Amino acid sequence: MTDPVLATHGLTKSFGAVRASEDVSLDLRPGEIHAVIGPNGAGKSTLIAQICGGLTPDAGRIEFLGRDVTAQPTRARARMGLARTFQISALAMEDTVLQNATLGALGARGGALGLLRPALSQRDLHDTAMTALERVGLADHAATITAELSHGQRRQLEVAVALTLRPRAFVMDEPMAGMGTEGSRRMTGFLDGLRDEAPILLVEHDMDAVFALADRLSVLVYGRIIATGTVEEIRANRDVRTAYLGDEA
Amino acid sequence: MTREKIINTALLLGLLAVPAWAWAVDEPFTITLATRVAILALAGVGLNIALGLGGLVSLGHAAFFGIGGYAMGILASHAQSYTPLMETPFLIEGTKSMPVIWLTALFAAALAALVIGALSLRTSGVYFIMITLAFGQMLYFFSISWPAYGGEDGLSIYVRNGFPGLNTLDPIQFFAICFALLAGALWFNARLARAPFGLALNAARQSPARVETIGLSPFRLRLAAFVISGAITGLAGALFADLNRFVSPTMFSWQMSGEIMVFIILGGVGRLYGPVAGAALFITLEHLLGGLSEFWLIWLGLLLLLVVLFARGGVIGLLAGRQVAHD
Repeated sequence: MTDPVLATHGLTKSFGAVRASEDVSLDLRPGEIHAVIGPNGAGKSTLIAQICGGLTPDAGRIEFLGRDVTAQPTRARARMGLARTFQISALAMEDTVLQNATLGALGARGGALGLLRPALSQRDLHDTAMTALERVGLADHAATITAELSHGQRRQLEVAVALTLRPRAFVMDEPMAGMGTEGSRRMTGFLDGLRDEAPILLVEHDMDAVFALADRLSVLVYGRIIATGTVEEIRANRDVRTAYLGDEA
Repeated sequence: MTREKIINTALLLGLLAVPAWAWAVDEPFTITLATRVAILALAGVGLNIALGLGGLVSLGHAAFFGIGGYAMGILASHAQSYTPLMETPFLIEGTKSMPVIWLTALFAAALAALVIGALSLRTSGVYFIMITLAFGQMLYFFSISWPAYGGEDGLSIYVRNGFPGLNTLDPIQFFAICFALLAGALWFNARLARAPFGLALNAARQSPARVETIGLSPFRLRLAAFVISGAITGLAGALFADLNRFVSPTMFSWQMSGEIMVFIILGGVGRLYGPVAGAALFITLEHLLGGLSEFWLIWLGLLLLLVVLFARGGVIGLLAGRQVAHD
């Protein structure tokens, strides 16, 4: 078995009496899509915040590319190549789509930020940004103000910004939310191919997409992982059926 | 050319035309008014980098304005009394040279902004407003209680400082200097806003989490913006002191901070020429209404209220419509 790109070991996080994460251990291997599913309030967002650096776990550790990053701030993890997309879009809403994508390219380039040369006329930044926009199908909207995009398009832009970072792993928080059937289908197709570039830790509510995409699934209920396995294994798992999938499965 | 660009150009040309006309008909007072507009607009351009681009509501920019003023006052007062600033460990003498004074003001204000910013930027929102206000007031009371440089009475400089090749005592020539510096600062601000730094700073204002997840530090971006902002306001302070040939603790007062912010709100927050429009409007009103009543600020307050309620983009926003994204 190859070494995982990203792994958590015994992550625990409480808010007062609420255990949002309890001994969460999971890993993300090269070339796979690992989906985390669970009912609302299961602690998915808390888990992502700990992995990406917004929240510090009470116990446990996070390894990325073989390094312990538990104490690293978000931006250090981002510079190592951990790209995150947000559930509620965290984009610069007053800026254009191209400006948002360029921002990602800027982070990926590293080094000092220029003070005088316009960002959008710098070839390398522009090309990286446009390529990412083309890949998610937003190239036609490059000059649109982000606030004018539909929810689905904002999701696409979130993914595009993540792409510009040329990451080693993606952490995606509900990339299909707010998309219509058609958009959701296209995004599914896109993510399907993306796993070969970098593995994806996917939190998603759209079960069709999850079952179509995931190589492995982890089921999170009340902060605990109650099962991890392939789609078939999870479908067959009795605990999961009672706890989560219910009548659906 | 967008409408905003046309308005900006008209503003700049207007600011040139009024003193040019005043010079032709020999009205030195009007030239001085225009010079005040240029200098206060420059202070506003400084604050606008923190406020408009960075979203940092600093109510302590008088600190930098005052530091610039005192940089001029201290250097020039030593030069006019022929006493060195200090003798040990090395000799520093006063100077009457504007370029040297400007550099000192820029540097001193930048340094102060670095210290004040590093502490204040750990807070945000109302706390940031309060802590910057507190720093400004600290410097205000310090300047009052520092007898070596005039204390409460301030410092008078008898002859305006010199600029190589120009007669700075001629109002129109001094105006030209201030106008050139304002134009330079506006150019710099325009470039900065479009540069990678400006893009990232602007994004940090709208979505700090995003900036963090692409590997940049919102804190460092804001601190750098605060330092640049403070330095420009400091330069304006040095010019303001030179215009009046007088520097006093009022330059440090919170009313001064408020006034600079009023220029921006009147003109349009985040609009490149907002401070120019705001300062021009403020000085014009002060001149016209101030002659009618001592209580002209009531009318200014009313105007400010109307702008905040009905014209969030200030005068520029009202004339140019909503902000057009940079290309």
